[in-house]
Amino acid sequence: MTLLTDTPVATAQVAAADRPLPARPSLRATFDQTLAMAWRATKKMRRNPEQFFDVTIQPVLFTAMFAYIFGGAISGSVASYLPLIIPGILAQTALTACMATGIQMREDMDKGVFDRFKSLPIARIAPLAGPMLADLVRYGTAATITIGVGLAMGYRPGGGVLGVLAGWALTIVAGWSLSWIFAWLGTVARSAQAVQGIGMMIMFPLTFLSNAFVPMETLPGWLEAFVRINPVSHVVTAVRDLMNDGAVTGEVGWALVGCIAVVLIFAPLAVRSYSRKM
Amino acid sequence: MTATTAVHASGLVKAFGAKGAPTVRAVDGIDLEIRRGEIYGVLGPNGAGKTTTLRMLATLLPIDAGSAEIFGVDVRREPHRIRQLVGVTGQYASVDENLTGTENLVLFARLLGQSTPQARRTAADLLERFGLEEAADRQIQNFSGGMRRRLDLAASLIARPPLIFLDEPTTGLDPRTRGQMWETIRELVAQGATILLTTQYLDEADQLADRIAVIDRGRKVAEGTPDQLKQSVGSSTLHLRVADRAEASRAAGIVERVLGEAPVLTPEAGGLHVALTDANQTADVLIALREGVVDITTASVRQPTLDEVFLTLTGHHAEDGSEAASTTEEVA
Repeated sequence: MTLLTDTPVATAQVAAADRPLPARPSLRATFDQTLAMAWRATKKMRRNPEQFFDVTIQPVLFTAMFAYIFGGAISGSVASYLPLIIPGILAQTALTACMATGIQMREDMDKGVFDRFKSLPIARIAPLAGPMLADLVRYGTAATITIGVGLAMGYRPGGGVLGVLAGWALTIVAGWSLSWIFAWLGTVARSAQAVQGIGMMIMFPLTFLSNAFVPMETLPGWLEAFVRINPVSHVVTAVRDLMNDGAVTGEVGWALVGCIAVVLIFAPLAVRSYSRKM
Repeated sequence: MTATTAVHASGLVKAFGAKGAPTVRAVDGIDLEIRRGEIYGVLGPNGAGKTTTLRMLATLLPIDAGSAEIFGVDVRREPHRIRQLVGVTGQYASVDENLTGTENLVLFARLLGQSTPQARRTAADLLERFGLEEAADRQIQNFSGGMRRRLDLAASLIARPPLIFLDEPTTGLDPRTRGQMWETIRELVAQGATILLTTQYLDEADQLADRIAVIDRGRKVAEGTPDQLKQSVGSSTLHLRVADRAEASRAAGIVERVLGEAPVLTPEAGGLHVALTDANQTADVLIALREGVVDITTASVRQPTLDEVFLTLTGHHAEDGSEAASTTEEVA
């Protein structure tokens, strides 16, 4: 270890105090800062591979479990159930991955380094948007594995390669958009456990009270009414249309509109509560 | 606010309180006037409101009442500009545990607008200057406290900020690392930076600060140069212990005759202590005691402690205020 006095400190001169300073970060700077924060998140992912359990092991387990258990009962056979269940599992996995985004963000925010982020002249959205951007990797992994397991079990999507790719992309977009809800929860909740608790409460009704696992028509009328307006149902139907029929239907449009609406509402909420709390 | 002012704050207030509980005024009307190029020390016990004051000035906490300007920029109205002027080094190192030394500095440099190659150079440069090369590729969770603190300071200097906040920069460091930190702080000032430093150690404020504010329970109770402050409690204290406790009061009489001031007696231990305006008076006292045939077992001259400064300035010991207020420091 060298003595600090041996060499002059890197800051040979300090920056002038009276130079003109921008009053807010530019769009370009915000983008660069978000990329830097995403880079940090990927570094962390590489060091904590257990963060990937929910997007690797869970889709394998759930796809196999649901297909073999319910396949015969719901669709007569596992093979005929696959076109129904694979898009359902895709949506469910994306939602679970969202929840982890919120939990991890909450945990992260309690760390000392967030103090520094807050003290730096950076866009307030960057510490939130960066990890969200990096989490695209997680949604991509989850979607890829679910589709892979489906194909291995005999799923032959009618939409062809393009249809499957489109369904894959829509799953990622939907996961990413919905994760802003959990990011917001992360900024308002008292602890990571609270995010988990609230997240479960949101996630279970949303996934199970949807058409992800069963055809809507089999449900009692009152439940069908809810399932019909559940945004997860729209995403699931859209993914089915794309993957099974290769058709870009109105459902795809509604799913995208829903995603955009969620981002437009929850991203500003999350940023506001993040910058206020801190 | 003039061209020579770095920080101008008046009537700063921060109140904390959970719903239903009475609010605690962690900072209760503090005025600060810090000149450019000086080291300004904020001295006080845990929970006095030092950190809270610093965090308000650094835009990390909203200011409840009062106003603050840094280099003429309003802290409340233009937080983004303030963040470009101030480098903050916290009490607990604010670096990423999961990243290596290099990765931390590269991240902060990139966030401050440097390109990746530029950021790598900055990181390598800073690691070298702070003697952290061997830690470049190690995760921070394996760093010692001193290394973390140095990395944290290095991170605060990337943007070469003209004003640097150091929140208890040497608390918990060993004496050698503390000495190094002091040298670094002096170098920064030599290069034109202004420093606002909080500390619990009078000795540290004495070594570094041009001017000191003493903070107690959210209020500024004194301000001045280190010499002025120490004069208010005597430059040092003479502690004596007599061999025979029965002699204590006679010894006290002798001390009072020499110094013109009555010493404080701690009769159960046969000890007494008295403030000295000049350390040379020690010899006079000892000679007088020998002439008076009073046997002493120990004699020592001590610098005034923070507690003595406190006792003199506030009428209570430094620890008194810490319990109620330390919770507010945690909230902060």
